[in-house]
Amino acid sequence: MAIDVRIPTILRQYTGGAKQVEAKGDSLGALIDDLDATHPGLKGRLVTDEGTLHRFVNVYVNDEDVRFTGALDTTLSDGDEVTILPAVAGG
Amino acid sequence: MLTLDRQVVDAIVAHARRDHPDEACGIVVGPVGSDRAERVVEMTNALRSMTQYEFEPAEQRKVYRELDDRDEEVVVVYHSHTATEAYPSRTDVRHASQPQAHYVLVSTRDPDDAELRSFRIVDDVVTEEEVRIAG
Repeated sequence: MAIDVRIPTILRQYTGGAKQVEAKGDSLGALIDDLDATHPGLKGRLVTDEGTLHRFVNVYVNDEDVRFTGALDTTLSDGDEVTILPAVAGG
Repeated sequence: MLTLDRQVVDAIVAHARRDHPDEACGIVVGPVGSDRAERVVEMTNALRSMTQYEFEPAEQRKVYRELDDRDEEVVVVYHSHTATEAYPSRTDVRHASQPQAHYVLVSTRDPDDAELRSFRIVDDVVTEEEVRIAG
């Protein structure tokens, strides 16, 4: 099962500069574990020590924001596309 | 130091004035690796608030995809403060996650004189930088 993952500029240091990489997993959490195996350090930028998605990132599966589809438990299917973006906010 | 063309400064200020008293937000993009802030992209403040901003996620996803396709990247992240000075708030510092970006703030509290300043925010440390206006 191959999932395309779009990597934001600020995390391309972990992917050798690649904008897009391929990974495997039947859930977002499993996909991130697989990503971290090939691109060590990436998981630490996406998932907190408590095991939740970091507040600084927004993750989409196709057009869906994973905050509304189960976060790390979001299920993935062959051909899905995952997009990781920095959350931009302030006061 | 951040160099901005006069027209980029004018576009940011015009956007901030238009959205006042809500906070306006957006980016200035340029070719990857260039550190040149060339093209202003106004973003929607999803919070439509006088004291906070957040890029509207679906719009951001579309805009950032286009940047990738054009080999451009975010050089400046800007937003306005509508009642206080153009200096990063505690919330701004807490949310700043892009050490490579220039964080530009514009204050619209004075209707006649917009204040525009630029900062680096790295590991919760704010460092102001000079803004040189060209053209």
